[in-house]
Amino acid sequence: MPCVYKVNKDNEKVVMPELDPETRSHNFCEVALGYNEEQAQQEARRCIQCPKKPCMSGCPVGVPIPQFIEQVALGNFAQAYELVHRANTLPAVCGRACPQETQCEGKCTRGRKGQPVGIGRLERFVADWATAHPDQVMCQDAQDPQAEAATQSSDASLTESEDLDGYRVAVVGSGPASLTCAGELAQRGCDVSVFEALHETGGVLTYGIPEFRLPKTLVAQEIHKLEDVGVEFKTDVVVGKLYDIDELMDECGFDAVFVGTGAGLPSYLGIEGEGANGVMVANELLTRVNLMKAYQFPRFDTPVYAGKHCVVVGGGNVAMDAARTARRLGAEVTLVYRRGLEQMPARAEEIHHAVQEGIQLQLLTNPVCILVDDDGWIDGVECVSMQLSEPDESGRQSVVEVPDSNFVIDADMMVIAVGSKTNPLIAKTTPGLEVTSRNLMVVDEETCATSKPGVYAGGDAVSGAATVILAMGAGKRAAAGIADYLKMKQAS
Amino acid sequence: MFKILKAEQLNKDVTRMVIEAPEIAKRIKPGQFIMLRIDERGERVPLTMNDCDPEAGTVTIVFQAVGATTMRLATMHEGQYLQDFVGPLGNPTELDGVARACIIGGGLGTAIAYPQAKWLHEHGAQVDVITGFRTADLIMLQDEIEAVSKSQFVVTDDGSNGHRGLVTQVLAKQIEAGANYDLVVAIGPVIMMQKVSELTKPHGIKTWVSMNPLMIDGTGMCGVCRVKVGDQYLHACVDGPDFDGHLVDFADALRRGVQYREPEQYARDLAAHKLASEGRSCGGGKEIHEQQPLRRKAG
Ligand SMILES: Cc1cc2nc3c(=O)[nH]c(=O)nc-3n(C[C@H](O)[C@H](O)[C@H](O)COP(=O)(O)OP(=O)(O)OC[C@H]3O[C@@H](n4cnc5c(N)ncnc54)[C@H](O)[C@@H]3O)c2cc1C
Ligand SMILES: Cc1cc2nc3c(=O)[nH]c(=O)nc-3n(C[C@H](O)[C@H](O)[C@H](O)COP(=O)(O)OP(=O)(O)OC[C@H]3O[C@@H](n4cnc5c(N)ncnc54)[C@H](O)[C@@H]3O)c2cc1C
Ligand code: SF4
Ligand code: SF4
Ligand code: FES
Repeated sequence: MPCVYKVNKDNEKVVMPELDPETRSHNFCEVALGYNEEQAQQEARRCIQCPKKPCMSGCPVGVPIPQFIEQVALGNFAQAYELVHRANTLPAVCGRACPQETQCEGKCTRGRKGQPVGIGRLERFVADWATAHPDQVMCQDAQDPQAEAATQSSDASLTESEDLDGYRVAVVGSGPASLTCAGELAQRGCDVSVFEALHETGGVLTYGIPEFRLPKTLVAQEIHKLEDVGVEFKTDVVVGKLYDIDELMDECGFDAVFVGTGAGLPSYLGIEGEGANGVMVANELLTRVNLMKAYQFPRFDTPVYAGKHCVVVGGGNVAMDAARTARRLGAEVTLVYRRGLEQMPARAEEIHHAVQEGIQLQLLTNPVCILVDDDGWIDGVECVSMQLSEPDESGRQSVVEVPDSNFVIDADMMVIAVGSKTNPLIAKTTPGLEVTSRNLMVVDEETCATSKPGVYAGGDAVSGAATVILAMGAGKRAAAGIADYLKMKQAS
Repeated sequence: MFKILKAEQLNKDVTRMVIEAPEIAKRIKPGQFIMLRIDERGERVPLTMNDCDPEAGTVTIVFQAVGATTMRLATMHEGQYLQDFVGPLGNPTELDGVARACIIGGGLGTAIAYPQAKWLHEHGAQVDVITGFRTADLIMLQDEIEAVSKSQFVVTDDGSNGHRGLVTQVLAKQIEAGANYDLVVAIGPVIMMQKVSELTKPHGIKTWVSMNPLMIDGTGMCGVCRVKVGDQYLHACVDGPDFDGHLVDFADALRRGVQYREPEQYARDLAAHKLASEGRSCGGGKEIHEQQPLRRKAG
């Protein structure tokens, strides 16, 4: 596809304005401020419109990347939004939270020499622009036949809207997998009810990912959009306790159920002293702060403990969020990770931001024991150094302890962020639902159907802790699977 | 929103409330709890089901005003609404197959232990109930307990009801006299549950205690409700709240329970101050000084 604009040859991304590290490490305001129109157009023009679109192969939901970027470059932001939104119902979230460096941007041609095109930032820009210009988004869509045509291929579902009128679907959990599934089915005429265990909807987007990375008003907006298309949200309902899946289908009259309950159970280190006061799992810190708004205590009733020196264990997004949260509560933070920087699974941008905010990375280090004072409070963390072994046949390097390398990090707070597991509740209370030994739901890859007829599942509940966009992809496939199931039911 | 249908004081610190929650009322069992939030900014507070009426669609809770939330809750009245009311949470107490049981309530624990006594009584078990209070003014639920027990023993720390003593002393006497219990359920202050468990252990009497650690979500996610049972930590909200009293590490529970004492005290004083300024009494609360309690380590 020839470029209709003049390519920006700069090898680096247009700088995105952010709050300065000193200021932001004392507040919970969003760190990255986003592009303005001019900056976005300038960045969009770095895309060379590769005919083979390698970037798209890196996007799990098939956002038409060069097409939407072209529209941004031309200043047609409403069209850009329509293009993105057809493939991805939560662009404001994904633009901020996707690990772009391993997905779309990881495949970008421009990344071979210099930085890739800032696809995530541009996606975020168009989403935020659309929110700020609601009227323009609507009319552009209706008026521009060209934009319509361009999106037709990715949009089989809309043309069939209303075909599932009158069917009732229950969606369990309200994380990204569930929101996507609910939205798709509602658009096709289903009567969708979402049941959420907590008092707030959004799943990890609400209780896990902090405000300074994903403002909660954005999540609320997405939920409102779903309410506008008729999705009903019921909070305070723990499925498996208040109703089980069989009751939802038999007594409450739902024709199908989607289970998107995530992987919310914490993992522990299993080392001595883990029960000491001041030691918590990341979920505790993050739920106190995000869900219960403890950073505004006593304006909000729930308090949160923050020490002077906090050790965070782990190297993923959760560890990074915990570290940056503890920092904002006033602690000096050391992040302990057993492997090296290259192996850290967290998004590159988060690691970068964390370091800017003064978080010390203590790499190739593993905690072995928590020291406890006479009152039962944590007093320090004994660690051991690790080293990478020779790569094995598959090229993977494991880490082994360096003998006699023990040392103590002084600490009065510790946050454990070493992964999460699936809640066994649904599996235990649903006869006929096949799960793995780790309680992950077993589903058909393509349709997301579980072993129980009419019950579908997706997101972290199936894959184990993964990403927002993969959860959304699963929600979308499940919606298609459920639609087929309902049509079959209709036919018979 | 969940409507308060009835609110009454059982004693100066304890309130009984009937809440309209038909779906929960149909399913909740003795030993299970609910979590509530008063309003948008409220804490999630766990409270045990004291009674329920599936037909009327109501759940009864009994609570003691110990901190900010329970103090505010105590000033609410009939016709007002609670923001959130989630349940049933936790596991029902295992009571099947019990023929002779002793139910022990310490202070407010009396209200929490009552549904177990009632269930056992309704299922043909012979039930003795022992309750202990600091002083006679605090005694509650005597009539309700009378209706579901073979014998009821009420003791006070100061002897003001004519029976000075501790629940453990009564229990020891009963066991000695050959009461032959096959189950003891003890609910109350940690120290009381510990003493009861120590007493029943040599006799090999199965003993359930109901642990009430700090909680946030109540669904097994946050890990704050860990209780040390045997050599492992379990989540009270999903693995409990009842545990085998002979395995629980009570000292550990006491220690973990004080983690938030300072901010709790601060919030309590703040709430008392605010309620007083609104002309609503709620008992106590110190002067408020501007302090940021977040960084402090309690203890
Ligand atoms: C701190 C943190 C940071 C992260 N950062 C990123 C990031 O930057 N980028 C990224 O792509 N991914 C990130 N992730 C991962 C991502 O958030 C998850 O992969 C994604 O949210 C999974 O979506 P889901 O819909 O499967 O489940 P969840 O988002 O986990 O939602 C599940 C919902 O189901 C509810 N539920 C559970 N059981 C029941 C029940 N029995 N009844 C009713 N409701 C129930 C839960 O309360 C929850 O609200 C992060 C995760 C965490 C924890
Ligand atoms: C599963 C479970 C069931 C429970 N059932 C009941 C119930 O039926 N009725 C009831 O009144 N309470 C019950 N509790 C305890 C109740 O949840 C707490 O009293 C309540 O959370 C206090 O909230 P608050 O904001 O008012 O006080 P907080 O600010 O949380 O606490 C104020 C002060 O009271 C102390 N405190 C907290 N809990 C207790 C306690 N249980 N006993 C003595 N001191 C305490 C704190 O250490 C602190 O010093 C239960 C707890 C659990 C975990
Ligand atoms: S959804 Fe995620 S992976 Fe796909 S284009 Fe957007 S940022 Fe990239
Ligand atoms: S790979 Fe990069 S440069 Fe090529 S089309 Fe995609 S975004 Fe544009
Ligand atoms: S209250 Fe959060 S895990 Fe039990």
